[in-house]
Amino acid sequence: MTSRREELAQGWIEVVSSTLARRVSRTELDQELHELYGAILEALRRGGVDAAGEHYAEVRALLNEISRNRARQGFSPAETAIGVFALKRGLEPLLDEGSAEDVAAYLALARLTDDLGMFTVDAYAATREQIISAQAEELLELSTPVVKLWDGIIGVPLVGTLDSARTQVVMEKLLQALVDTGSAHAIIDITGVPAVDTEVAQHLLKTVVAARLMGAECIVSGIRPQIAQTIVALGIEFGDIVTKATLADALRHALRRSPGALGGAGSAA
Amino acid sequence: MTSPGLDPEGTRIQLIATSDDVVRARQLVRTLAVGCGLSLVDQTKLVTAASELARNTLSYGGGGTMSALPVERNGRRGVRLSFTDEGPGIPDIDLALRDGWSSGSGMGLGLSGARRLVDEFELRTVVDEGTTVTVVKWSR
Repeated sequence: MTSRREELAQGWIEVVSSTLARRVSRTELDQELHELYGAILEALRRGGVDAAGEHYAEVRALLNEISRNRARQGFSPAETAIGVFALKRGLEPLLDEGSAEDVAAYLALARLTDDLGMFTVDAYAATREQIISAQAEELLELSTPVVKLWDGIIGVPLVGTLDSARTQVVMEKLLQALVDTGSAHAIIDITGVPAVDTEVAQHLLKTVVAARLMGAECIVSGIRPQIAQTIVALGIEFGDIVTKATLADALRHALRRSPGALGGAGSAA
Repeated sequence: MTSPGLDPEGTRIQLIATSDDVVRARQLVRTLAVGCGLSLVDQTKLVTAASELARNTLSYGGGGTMSALPVERNGRRGVRLSFTDEGPGIPDIDLALRDGWSSGSGMGLGLSGARRLVDEFELRTVVDEGTTVTVVKWSR
């Protein structure tokens, strides 16, 4: 394998680049695969065909790097793994003229490439998982904006499922916004929350109590008829927390409660 | 879907092993509830009950399954849900069904509240063997 290094490496690169045609530059592939080929040869020379062994640490590191890049660039797992499996195909012509010894060596090498191939798929999947969880976090941030509705009144429109992680983000953002804007009123709008169960209610109540500790009043708006009936049947008490059917009602209530917000005109209550 | 309403072929099974599964269970129940012609209020009630029971299965039963089935009786359509776990069971059912009592950190309204949200409610539990809660919601 060492003696016919260039020939084999070229054949390998040929197969890989025909699969990844035009999506990775030839020079980049050349460099990647030569490096990998060198590392595999070195590992073979030093000891055995155990892909999980210490001699293959260098090979695994290189494959990891390649798989991660492929995953980030949007290649499929098959396109990523071909990089390893194509090596096997490149060796096939040698079998025709080879001895029984060569066949045995080929089979051992085939097992090795299979192991390394599976390793690339694992590395690829791990990277995709990382990307997905990073996106989930971004989405969490995106889906909880705090908006200023009026002088001294901020609003938090909630959309979707309200779980513990989201509530934590909502609470932090809301409390920080109260400080930053010096607001005395916050309206939490749950029009976009499909169902309010005891967990959601508990999260809401905690948020309201926390805001209250900071001297702000919270209003929960967006209580639709079906939500109201469900909350009653569940037996959840909202106590003295102000709740409203619509965001408009909540805003009107908050304006009445903050004299001067309308230049003195809205200080009826 | 023949009366009195057991048709194993239409049964949908949802594994409940993570909090994401609770969301999936809720979505499955909503789809079935809409398909059975439940009103918006009844849909919301059933989905909320399913949410409570699925979360109980997860946090107190250590995970389990929900099986959901459209049913029909005397011309009325409905949805039957069964939540099964192989957890520690409930030693005192009366206490567990009391408003405001919880062995965990919840509000203590999930189980008792779920019972009020549905038309039929059955709780079977054996200590150290597990719990099965079956509920049915009928269309008006």
